[in-house]
Amino acid sequence: MSKKQNTSSFLSGELIKTSLIGAVKKLSPRYMMKNPVMFVVEIGFLISVILVFFPHLFHDQGANLRIYNGIVAFILLITVLFANFAESVAEGRGKAQAESLKKTRKDTTARRLREDGEYESISASELKRGDIVLVNAGELIPSDGEIIEGIASIDESAITGESAPVLKESGGDFASVTGGTTVVSDWIKVSITAQPGHSFLDKMIALVECASRQKTPNEIALSTLLVSLTLIFLIVIVTLYPIAKYTNTTIAISTLIALTVCLIPTTIGGLLSAIGIAGMDRVTRFNVIAMSGKAVEACGDVDTMILDKTGTITYGNRLASAFIPVAGIAAEELIRYAVIASLQDDTPEGKSIVDLASQMGVHVDLEKLGPTNFVEFTAQTRMSGIDIEKGTQKIRKGAADAIINYVRSLGGRIPKDLQEHVNDVSKCGGTPLVVAADAVIYGVIYLKDTVKPGLVERFARLREIGIKTIMCTGDNPLTAATIAAEAGVDGYIAECKPEDKIEAIKKEQAEGKIVAMTGDGTNDAPALAQADVGLAMNSGTSAAKEAANMVDLDSDPTKILEVVEIGKQLLITRGSLTTFSIANDVAKYFAIIPAMFTIAIPQMNVLNIMHLSTPYSAVLSALIFNAVIIPCLIPLAMKGVHYRPMSASRMLGRNMMIYGLGGIICPFIAIKCIDILVAPLLVMLGF
Amino acid sequence: MLQIGLTLGLFLILVIPVGKYMYHVAVKQRTFADPVCDRVDHFLFRILHIDIREMNWKKYALTLLLVNAVMVLIGYVILRLQGILFLNPNKAGGMESSLSLNTIISFMTNTNLQHYAGESGLSYFSQMAVIIFMMFTSAASGYSACMAMVRGLSGRSMGNFYEDMIRCITRILIPAAFVVGLILVSQGVPQTLKGPVTAYTIEGKMQDIARGPIAALESIKHLGTNGGGFTGANSANPLENPNILTNITELLSMMILPGACVVTFGHMLHEQHRLKQAAELKKEKSKKILMGSHGRTIFLAMSILFLIGLGICFYAESKGNPVLSRLGIVQTGNMEGKEVRFGIAQSSLFTSVTTSFTTGTVNNMHDSLTPIGGFIPMLNMMLNVVFGGIGVGLMNMLIYAVLAVFLCGLMIGRTPEYLGKKIEGKEMKLAALSIIIHPLLILGFTSVAVICQAGLAGITNPGFHGLSQILYEFASSAANNGSGFEGLADNTMFWNLMTGTVMFFGRYLSIIIQLAIAGSLLRKRAVNTTAGTLRTDTGTFSITLVVVVLIFAALTFLPVLALGPVAELLTL
Repeated sequence: MSKKQNTSSFLSGELIKTSLIGAVKKLSPRYMMKNPVMFVVEIGFLISVILVFFPHLFHDQGANLRIYNGIVAFILLITVLFANFAESVAEGRGKAQAESLKKTRKDTTARRLREDGEYESISASELKRGDIVLVNAGELIPSDGEIIEGIASIDESAITGESAPVLKESGGDFASVTGGTTVVSDWIKVSITAQPGHSFLDKMIALVECASRQKTPNEIALSTLLVSLTLIFLIVIVTLYPIAKYTNTTIAISTLIALTVCLIPTTIGGLLSAIGIAGMDRVTRFNVIAMSGKAVEACGDVDTMILDKTGTITYGNRLASAFIPVAGIAAEELIRYAVIASLQDDTPEGKSIVDLASQMGVHVDLEKLGPTNFVEFTAQTRMSGIDIEKGTQKIRKGAADAIINYVRSLGGRIPKDLQEHVNDVSKCGGTPLVVAADAVIYGVIYLKDTVKPGLVERFARLREIGIKTIMCTGDNPLTAATIAAEAGVDGYIAECKPEDKIEAIKKEQAEGKIVAMTGDGTNDAPALAQADVGLAMNSGTSAAKEAANMVDLDSDPTKILEVVEIGKQLLITRGSLTTFSIANDVAKYFAIIPAMFTIAIPQMNVLNIMHLSTPYSAVLSALIFNAVIIPCLIPLAMKGVHYRPMSASRMLGRNMMIYGLGGIICPFIAIKCIDILVAPLLVMLGF
Repeated sequence: MLQIGLTLGLFLILVIPVGKYMYHVAVKQRTFADPVCDRVDHFLFRILHIDIREMNWKKYALTLLLVNAVMVLIGYVILRLQGILFLNPNKAGGMESSLSLNTIISFMTNTNLQHYAGESGLSYFSQMAVIIFMMFTSAASGYSACMAMVRGLSGRSMGNFYEDMIRCITRILIPAAFVVGLILVSQGVPQTLKGPVTAYTIEGKMQDIARGPIAALESIKHLGTNGGGFTGANSANPLENPNILTNITELLSMMILPGACVVTFGHMLHEQHRLKQAAELKKEKSKKILMGSHGRTIFLAMSILFLIGLGICFYAESKGNPVLSRLGIVQTGNMEGKEVRFGIAQSSLFTSVTTSFTTGTVNNMHDSLTPIGGFIPMLNMMLNVVFGGIGVGLMNMLIYAVLAVFLCGLMIGRTPEYLGKKIEGKEMKLAALSIIIHPLLILGFTSVAVICQAGLAGITNPGFHGLSQILYEFASSAANNGSGFEGLADNTMFWNLMTGTVMFFGRYLSIIIQLAIAGSLLRKRAVNTTAGTLRTDTGTFSITLVVVVLIFAALTFLPVLALGPVAELLTL
């Protein structure tokens, strides 16, 4: 499960080998029946095989009938194999990931707490919900659970690919642990929350293995369309035989089979399940585990995204962005004292003050100040700073009221414009830090919550494709409005409580919108469950993960944006290949219909607009094209069609041009080329 | 050309106010007819004990079927007994059982396929009590089903079948038929209950000239997209269609209601959308619209298909018979089977209109059209969405819209939705079924006919043209069109039963399925429309719709059409 690798090469030698074997195995009719389109091709293949041995079974006439039937049978077999191969490749990529996960699961033993207070060693697979186990440093956590005692750092790389260990402790939002991860230091007591075989790891293995893959609603609807198209064309072909006979045109059965296979949507029929599997796989590769294909599909439909401000939209750390001196103080002086107060401050705020100052050309050397004493921030004092022994200066920075009280207690004067500056900063959504040296107030540092880079463009892009973003934050309405305007979200909910989130989701859903949200805390769980797409953070509680339909292993809430794009891409790939497949029929018709009828009605050759050399080569060329197009499109099915956010009508126009018009034109050229290659070969065979 | 342009121009001018009026009738807004019609309606509801509560789709479909079944029963009895009933000046005998069955299904399903000749086969009483009566009720049934579907799609409840049907007859069909009837009478179309007159021809021979309540039948025949002529020759007969003026009147009257249904659809969606917006924005603004953006899209798609067909048909007919051209004979087009008073333009227009609006009336013999000229009417009926019969054409087109939305919706990365509702497995299943029925009926029965001795016996013109005759007959039955490639000797037990079956399933299966789709969509949660939603009210969507119709329907019928008209053309 390493991150984002392997996206360029989608096939390895090993994978091809296993997929080829898989393709042959899938020829079993019991399996093929699940895919009616390809099942029809397989039946066509069986009939043509019979016709190789008994070419005159249906009173077909013509020379070399046996060889012709043989070639048709062969191409049909290849067609089915190609389709099965596509599915195997898609499954194979998931299986490789599953294998590595399975290794983690295999040989874990657990130390279970017996009722008498003793520990016993049992296999991890025997653990039941409610069991309590002890895990020491260096051991694998046997199954999912909540820490009930202890604190430990845990290496979750087996699942997330992230090597830095994370700290977990009992109580709060960091109590949940995942089976398959390793305790690096200390020990913990874990209460198991998963039933055997239903742990997170088990689910993941099943998902990437596609063992529990069910057809999504859209896939079912599309299959219905494909099956009905197949039925329509079967009706066309079955009735064509007697009708043609009436006009004294006899058509060889294998030609009819060839026409059937060419007309029914084999291309999309062969690739449909591969597209679905590959879509899930793309999500997985992105280190997001989707609990069902339906969730990925729903992503494509998302209208509204409810995003937490902290962590998703902003970094959550407030960083210095300006220094505002009070009247009568030079800016230089304020900056100097601000830096001195922050030199030993390791918090992101402190560092950002030093960084900003050095950008403005103010450097202070700690050594030159002589011996100093750092005063740390506490919740009581609400300020931090430094005491310089030489000259006994006490420099402080902190919350406005704390500093004002501090200065007053020293008998200092409060500048008249201070309150104004403090208010201005607050109004803009920032946090004001007041700087004072001894009893003199120098000014205000403007700390700002910074929006993550690139998000503004991202939100603009979302708006273009019709997705509304709503920001949730615990901040006051003023701060919320500022950040919202800066990030470019469409709406915000200030002073947001978890219930407000559910309310917001319900309100959007009542308007017929599909809502996506991210969350991690236990109190997010109901909202995650209510949302159509809920993305839980792996670092979050198991309740949140349970409620969500996707889990992000990297715990990066911005990923929801990418996941939505993957969902859209999945649907676009499906639609485009369907359109392509259906559009191909036009050219195939122009290849086969004249070929079928020219023997009886020579004038029909007028319709042979591609000038294919002989009727036989025309039929076979169309059939070969039909087979070969499947493997040609496998890379596209695996990677998904290129997706760039743009307005619906532009995207429709673009994809219609490429896959609709392209789907009409491309086979004309391809069939002609195949004909040029095939015709001489057929002559050699005596046609 | 001018004649064609003029007719189509008039159609465009008329269709918008009529569509708006029909919308007012459908949603029970005030119309000028209310003072009289309300009383009639209430009287009818009261004496018939009609419950006018809202129906769900199942109840609606069932009521439609039952009402139709009762009328079939009554009509069948009248046809069988007409010989002993009154108003029978030309002494028509009771109709044979299979022919009666065929005729009654034919008229109840709005097909009007005639395996009899009206002047000799029917009494005046049958013409009025069965034929004219059913022309009103079958058109009203189609209209009602369509309005129910459109209501369902626009998020209203489906309505009540009895109420829709009665309102349609009293407020739309009767007034319109009255006006059209008067125009026809003014141009010399007979309207009498007296028997045939005997004329002495200049050759000194005697000829019986059939007459009767022709104008009454003629007006509703076109208005209700019925198409069954009073006489065998239908609108080619000078008593049914004496001159250019009546020809244009008849053209317009068959185009107007199917076209207006699309306008009504547009208005319904527009109004529903406006109400929703008004509720959100709390402002009431009613903009005057012509046919609403959704209506316009569908109308445009239908018009494109219609104009393509008309163009090809007109071109093929003006070119004339290729064999004669090769012989060096100068021709003004293919005049075989055409009435000189109408000429090529009015004839090919009539042919295109009668098959695309699936009326089935003819003013020239389709059997005599050039191969490609005959290809177009066949294709029109095979598509069955080029405006189509009153109500049902729109219903068919909406199914194609569902299909188009499905493909396009996916291509923009959303699961498909149409008119604010998600299209899922269930709707796809129904839509697919509705699309399979048509080719299954046409191709299936054609192949049965060419296998059976009884079927082959009907062909009067063996070879490719014979296939066209059979194909045309079943396409006409399945599309509930009713025109014939008249060469076929079709009044036999075999043809009566076969076409009867095709007409029956072609009509009712489709209507039930389409109502089911509307019912299923109505129950769904409405989804939100954003910039990312597929717009289904744009020109792009019209084009897409045309392409989807052509790909789905045309590809299905291409092989048989290649063996029929195309082969005929190439081997001429």
